[in-house]
Amino acid sequence: MQICSFPAIDFSRQPGIGAPVWRGRAASGAELHDFAGAAREVGARITAIWGSDRRGQGQGFRLHCVFGIEAGHAWVSLDLPAAAPSYPDLANVFAAANRMQRATRDMVGIGIDGGDQRPWLRHGGWPADWFPLRHDAGEPPEFANLPTDYDFVKVGGEGAHEIPVGPIHAGIIEPGHFRFSVVGERVLRLEQRLGYQHKGVERLFIGADIAQGAKLVGRVSGDSACAFAWAYADAVEAACATAAPPRALALRALMLERERVANHLGDLGALGNDAAFAFGLTHYLRLKEDWVRLNARLFGHRFLFDRIVPGGVACDIDAAGLAAIVEQCGAIETAVKALRELYDEHSGLQDRFVTTGIIDSDLARELSLSGMAARATGMLLDGRAHRQGYTPPPPYTGLGVRPATDERGDVAARVAVRFDEIFESLRLLRLLAVGMPGGATCIDVAPVAGGSGLGVVEGWRGEVAVGVELDGAGRLARVHPHDPSWQAWLALEFAVLRDIVPDFPLINKSFNLSYSGVDL
Amino acid sequence: MIPLIRHIFRTGILTEPQAPATDGPQREVERLHDELLGILGRALTIREVDAGSCNACELEVHAMNNPYYNLEGKGIKFVASPRHADMLLVSGPVTKNMENALRRAWECTPDPKLVVAIGDCGCDAGVFGKSYASCGGVSDVVPVDVRVPGCPPTPLAMMQGILAAVRKAR
Repeated sequence: MQICSFPAIDFSRQPGIGAPVWRGRAASGAELHDFAGAAREVGARITAIWGSDRRGQGQGFRLHCVFGIEAGHAWVSLDLPAAAPSYPDLANVFAAANRMQRATRDMVGIGIDGGDQRPWLRHGGWPADWFPLRHDAGEPPEFANLPTDYDFVKVGGEGAHEIPVGPIHAGIIEPGHFRFSVVGERVLRLEQRLGYQHKGVERLFIGADIAQGAKLVGRVSGDSACAFAWAYADAVEAACATAAPPRALALRALMLERERVANHLGDLGALGNDAAFAFGLTHYLRLKEDWVRLNARLFGHRFLFDRIVPGGVACDIDAAGLAAIVEQCGAIETAVKALRELYDEHSGLQDRFVTTGIIDSDLARELSLSGMAARATGMLLDGRAHRQGYTPPPPYTGLGVRPATDERGDVAARVAVRFDEIFESLRLLRLLAVGMPGGATCIDVAPVAGGSGLGVVEGWRGEVAVGVELDGAGRLARVHPHDPSWQAWLALEFAVLRDIVPDFPLINKSFNLSYSGVDL
Repeated sequence: MIPLIRHIFRTGILTEPQAPATDGPQREVERLHDELLGILGRALTIREVDAGSCNACELEVHAMNNPYYNLEGKGIKFVASPRHADMLLVSGPVTKNMENALRRAWECTPDPKLVVAIGDCGCDAGVFGKSYASCGGVSDVVPVDVRVPGCPPTPLAMMQGILAAVRKAR
C-alpha cells in the first residue's frame, strides 16, 4: 500500500493490536530522503531514528526512520553497506532529525552525508572511532575521560554574552547543559547539550532475553515507566505475532492513566512553585502522594515499575481495589477542581503563565512535536483518541477519549491542558474500573526468531515509541526506546526566545522533559 | 485571597499527627524527625546530585518535601550549590559523562561532608551495571557513607538513610 502519495515504497501493515504501524523499505538513501520530503508535504512528523548492526547476519547496517502520519506511524528501513554506511541528511526536511541522526552516528557509526557533524551522546568517555552498538565493539579502548569542548553556536553583537548552566542544575533535577546567549536579561538563543545521563541502556538490550528487556525499558525514564513498558510489550507482541488478553489491556491503560495523572499533579504543583506560589507545590504534592500510595497498595509499586510485561501484566486487581480507584478518582477530582479555581483566579500566577514561553502550531509541526505540548498549541493529536483516518488501539478504541487542547501555546496553555487531561484521565479510570473485563492477565510469549516490531503509546509527555528486533535465537538483537522529549527539547529552545532568563525555569517546568529518556 | 486562605485552613496540617495509635509510616516520620533534630540541633543542608538516574529517585526525593514527610519543614533543606551543603545525596549509576561533574561537586562540598548514595543504581549501578558508559555505583567515584537501596527507594527509606549518615558522623 502507498503512504503519503509516495509510490516508490510499498508499505504493509504490522500485525497485532497495538497502535497502527505500516512498514516499508527504502531502496536507497535518496529514496528515503524523497519519502521524508513527501511525508513533510502532507504534514507528517519524524518520530524516531535509530540504526542497527546486521553484519552478524551477513548483511550490513540498517537505518530505521519512523514517521508520524495521519493514520498512525510509517516505519521505513534502509539497508546500508557494511563499509562506510551513510545516508543523506534528513534534518533539512525535519529539524528534529538532527540530534537523532547524530546519536545514531555516535552509537552505531552510521554517518550523515552533510549537515551537523557534532557529536551528541558521545562526550569524552570513549573515542570517536569506537561505536558501542556494533556487535563486534567489545570493550572500549583505554581512553581518558576528559572534559570535552562542544562547539556551541556563538551569538555576537554589542553586549551579547553567554550564561552556561549545568550539567548539575540548581534544583532536584536531572543533569544537562544549557547555554544561554543573552543581552541583559533577554534570551537571544538557547542551545542545549545533553547526553550526561547516557548510561548505555541500548547496549544492555543486545543479547538480553525478553523479560530482562522489559525490566530495562521500564527504567529508560522512570516517570514514564508504564508508557515505555507498554510500547515495548506491543513491539515484542507484534514481533512474536501474539496479543495480550483484554483484561491485561484494560489494566495497562489503567496504569498508564494513573502515571499520567501522577505526573501532571506533580508538575502542576512545581509550576506554581516556580512562579513563587509555594502553596501549589504543597497541595499538589500531597495529592500526588495519596495517588502513588494507592499504586503501592494495589499494585505493589509507587510508580508501577515492572507491572506491564510482554504478554500482559504482572499484577491483578480485585473488586475492592477497583472500588478504591473509583473512590480516589472522586476525591482527587474534587480537590483538583478547587485547586484549579485558585490557580485560575490568582492574578500573580496568571501574570507569569500567560504569554510566557509561546510556541505556535506551525512551529510545533515544524519541530515534529507530539503529546501534551503539541496539544497546547491547538493540535488535535492524541494516540488514544479517534481522528480522521486513525483508530486508537484497544482498550482506547471504545473509551471515546476526548483530547484536551488549547490554542495559546504558552505556559498557561500547557497548564490548562494538564488540568483537562487529569479530568479526562479520571473519567477514563472510572470507565476502565467499572468495565474491567474478566479473564487472563498474561499469556506466554514464544519468541519468534528474527521477528521485529514497533510499539507506540501515548505517554503523559507524548508519543513513546519502542522498536524491537529479535535475533536467530529469539533474544533481543536491538531495542530502541524513543522518548517524545527528543522533539520537545528542541521546542523548548524556541519557547524561551521571546522571554527573559528568569522565566526559563517556569517554561522548562511547563514541558518537564526527560533527560534520561533521550540520553539512554 | 479569601478562598485561598479558606483552602489552606480546611486542608489543615497533614504532617504526621503527634503519636497516632498505630505504628504506620506516619509514626515513623515523626520519630525520624525527632531523632534527626535531636542529633543535629540545627539545620542540615543537602545537595542532591543526579549522576545518571532514570529520574525515579528524583521523584522520591521531591516526595520527601511533600507535607506528609515534610523534610524541609523540619530544617533539612535542599540547597542549590554543593558549597552550601553538608551532605550530597547522589543517585546513580554514575555515567562516564557525569563522572567529572560529580567529582567536582564532591570537591566543592566543604568538610566534614557526608555522602548518601540512593537507589539500587546509586548503591551498585543496579540494572545498568558497569559498562563503557557507566562507572558503576556512587562509591566507584566518590567515598560513600550510607547506601539506600530500592528502585526507587521510598521517601521513608531515604529519610532513614539520611538519619543513619548523620548518626554515623556524630
